[in-house]
Amino acid sequence: MVQCLAPDGSVVREDLLPEPEIRLDLYRQMRRARHFDERGWVLYRQGRLGVFPPFGGMEASQVGTAAALTKDDWLFPTYRDTGAALTLGLPIARTLAYWRTSPHGWHMPADLKVLPFYIPIATQYPQAVGAALAERRQGTRNVAMAFIGDGGSSEGDFHEALNFAGALNAPCVFILQNNGWAISVPTRTQTRATDLSRRADGYGIPGVRVDGNDALATYHVTREAVDRARNGGGPTLIETVTYRVKPHTVADDPSRYRSEADTAGWDAKDPVTRLRTHLLNAGLMTEASEAALLAEIAAEFEAALAEADSYPEPTPAEILDHVFAEPTPQLKKQRAEILAEHAQDQKEQA
Amino acid sequence: MTATATPPTGTKNMTMVAAINDALDIALAADDTVHIFGEDVGVMGGVFRATDGLQAKHGEGRVFDTPLAEAAIVGMGIGMGLAGLKPIAEIQFAGFLYPALDQILSHLGRYRHRTRSRYHLPMVIRAPYGGGVHTPEQHADSPEAILAHTPGVKVVIPSTPADAKGLLLSAINDPDPVFFFEAIKLYRSVKEDVPVGDYRVPIGKARIVTQGDDVTVICYGGMVEVAQKAAAAAQAAGIGVEVIDLRTLVPMDTDTIITSVAKTGRAIIVTEAPRTAGFHSEIAAVIAEEAIEHLRAPIVRVTGYDAPYPPFTAVEDVYRPNPLRVAKAIRQVMDY
Ligand SMILES: Cc1ncc(C[n+]2csc(CCOP(=O)(O)OP(=O)(O)O)c2C)c(N)n1
Repeated sequence: MVQCLAPDGSVVREDLLPEPEIRLDLYRQMRRARHFDERGWVLYRQGRLGVFPPFGGMEASQVGTAAALTKDDWLFPTYRDTGAALTLGLPIARTLAYWRTSPHGWHMPADLKVLPFYIPIATQYPQAVGAALAERRQGTRNVAMAFIGDGGSSEGDFHEALNFAGALNAPCVFILQNNGWAISVPTRTQTRATDLSRRADGYGIPGVRVDGNDALATYHVTREAVDRARNGGGPTLIETVTYRVKPHTVADDPSRYRSEADTAGWDAKDPVTRLRTHLLNAGLMTEASEAALLAEIAAEFEAALAEADSYPEPTPAEILDHVFAEPTPQLKKQRAEILAEHAQDQKEQA
Repeated sequence: MTATATPPTGTKNMTMVAAINDALDIALAADDTVHIFGEDVGVMGGVFRATDGLQAKHGEGRVFDTPLAEAAIVGMGIGMGLAGLKPIAEIQFAGFLYPALDQILSHLGRYRHRTRSRYHLPMVIRAPYGGGVHTPEQHADSPEAILAHTPGVKVVIPSTPADAKGLLLSAINDPDPVFFFEAIKLYRSVKEDVPVGDYRVPIGKARIVTQGDDVTVICYGGMVEVAQKAAAAAQAAGIGVEVIDLRTLVPMDTDTIITSVAKTGRAIIVTEAPRTAGFHSEIAAVIAEEAIEHLRAPIVRVTGYDAPYPPFTAVEDVYRPNPLRVAKAIRQVMDY
C-alpha cells in the first residue's frame, strides 16, 4: 500500500513528497471539505440542510485524488463525494443547494465538467469511460475520473466499465474508495477479495492500493495515473483504503451494525491531523497561519450559505422543466394543469 | 411476533412494515426452502426494518446480506428458484430495480414458458416504492407498469397492514414470480388490527374500500388513502364514491372494476406514476373496451407527470396526487 506520511505525520517516503505549495493547497482543500461536513451536520439538525451522506474522515481520499485534475477534466462523483467536487471547484453554494433538495444544486457551472452527484450505484462508471473516449477522439488530453465505493464495485457496471476502459484504452482514472462499509454491509460480506486494487488485473490495467487517509500519497498515485492517461497510457484503478467514521447518512444509526471499537482506531488515522502535523513539523505552516486559513474558510462558507439562502424555492410548474428541449404536447398540457391548480390554490388561500 | 404457521387466531394491532415482517417470519418458520436476501436485509434488518430480527431468529443461512448488485440478486434468486428454493429478494428501493431488468425481462418472466413448465420460479421480489416522504433522487419511483408489461410476472401492491401480510403470504406461496411493491409512505403511517398466524389474502381480487353510486375511483398502494380522503369529502357533499383498491395489477380484477363502473357510470384512476403509458392507461383501456356503454363522463386519470419524480422538497407534493386533485376530478366527472 502506497504511503507517504505515517499516521503520526512523519514522512515515510521522502521521494513522494509533492512541492510545498501543493501540500499546503491539499491541506486547504481538506479543511474546506471538513468544514463543509461539520457545518453540514449542524445545518441538518437546524433543518437548513436535507439528509446528506457525510464524508468526514475521507477527505484525503477525495481531495488528494480530485486535486490531480484540471478544470478541463471530467469528474463523476457519487453522493459521498462532496469533498472531491468542492476540490475541483464546484461552488459551495451549489453544493449546499443540492443537499437542500433545490434545483439550483443541479445547475452545474459552465466552466466545470462535474456531473451532479450520482445516486444510483455504479452507473457512472461506464459513462466516465465514454467521456474519456470522447475527449481522446476529439484530440484533447483531458481525462475522466470516476468515484465508486467498495459496495459499488460489486455491481456489473463497475466490471464492464473497467473492461471497456482497458480494451479501448480510455483515459480514465477509476477511484475505488474502500471505506469499509456499504450502509450496514462490511467489505468482507461484499467480497472475498481483500485487495480490491487487484481487480484491475482481470482487465489488464494497472491497479494501485494507496493509504486513503494520506493526502500526499493519494495525490501522488493519482497524479501518476492522470499523467499516464493524458499521455495515452490508458486507465488505472486506484483503491483508496479509508474508513467511513461517520454514519452512512446523517439519518443513519450505525450502532445497529457496527461497534464503537470498529471505528475508534480510525480517529488516530485522521487525514487532516496527519497532514497538519507534517506541515507544522516541516515548517510550512504555523499555528498562526493555520488560524488565518481557518478563518478564511469559515468566512467563505458563510458567504456561500448566504448565497444558497438567497436561491428562491422552485415554483410548482418547474417540476416539468428540462424534460425535453421542446416540451411535448403532453407536458404543455400538464403544465397548464399545474398552473391552473396553483392559481386556484392561491385564490382559495387569499 | 408470530413464530409458527398456525391458522389465524385473533388479531394484533400493527403497522404495515410490522405486518410484512410478521409475514416473512411466518413464511421462514413454515417452510425451510424460504430464503430472504438483498442489500442490508440481514444484520441491519433492512433500511426500513422490514426484515428486522429475522436473521437473528432464523439464521444467516436463511436471511443474508448480498453484495451490492441488483442484477445478481435477481439472477441468483432465479437460480435458487430453479433448484427448488423459495427466494424472497429485497430490492432496496424500486428506483434501483433497473440494473436487474435484464434478468427480469429476459428470464424471470419467461422461465415457465421457455421450459414448458418443467421449471417455474416461485420467487418474490419486494421493493419499497413511491413518494410522499421527501427522499433523494430516484428513491420515489413507481415503476410498476414496467413489470406489469412483462409477461409471466405478477404484480401486487397492498395498501393496508392486513392486506400487506395476507398478500405477501399468498405471494410467497404462489408458484410464479411475484413483484411486491410496498408504498414507503404507508410503512408506518397507518396501524390496524391484523389477523395473527398464517393469514392469506388472494392475489387477483380487488377490495372495495368505500361503496358509492356516483363515481368509481380506482387506485392502489399509496394512492388508496389519498382517494379515501377525497371520497370522504365528496360523500359529505352528497356524492357517492366507490373507491376500489386494486391490490393486484397482474392479474387484474377486471370484474370488480366493470361491475362498479356499470353502476356509477363514471371512472377516475389515481396513481403516482408518470402519466404517459402507465398502468392507469391499461385500466382506462379495459373500461373503454368492456364498459363504454355505461359511461356518463370521460374517464379521468389523476397521476404524476411526465417528468422524473422531483426530489425538491418544496414542490414534491405537486407531483404526487393529493386528495384535492382527486376531489377536483370527482367534480369534473360529476359536472360533465
Ligand atoms: C443501484 C443501487 N442500489 C442500491 C442503492 C441504495 N444504496 C445507497 S448507498 C448504498 C451503499 C453503497 O456503499 P458503497 O458503494 O460502499 O459506498 P459508500 O456509501 O460506502 O460511500 C446502497 C446500497 C443505490 N443507491 N443504488
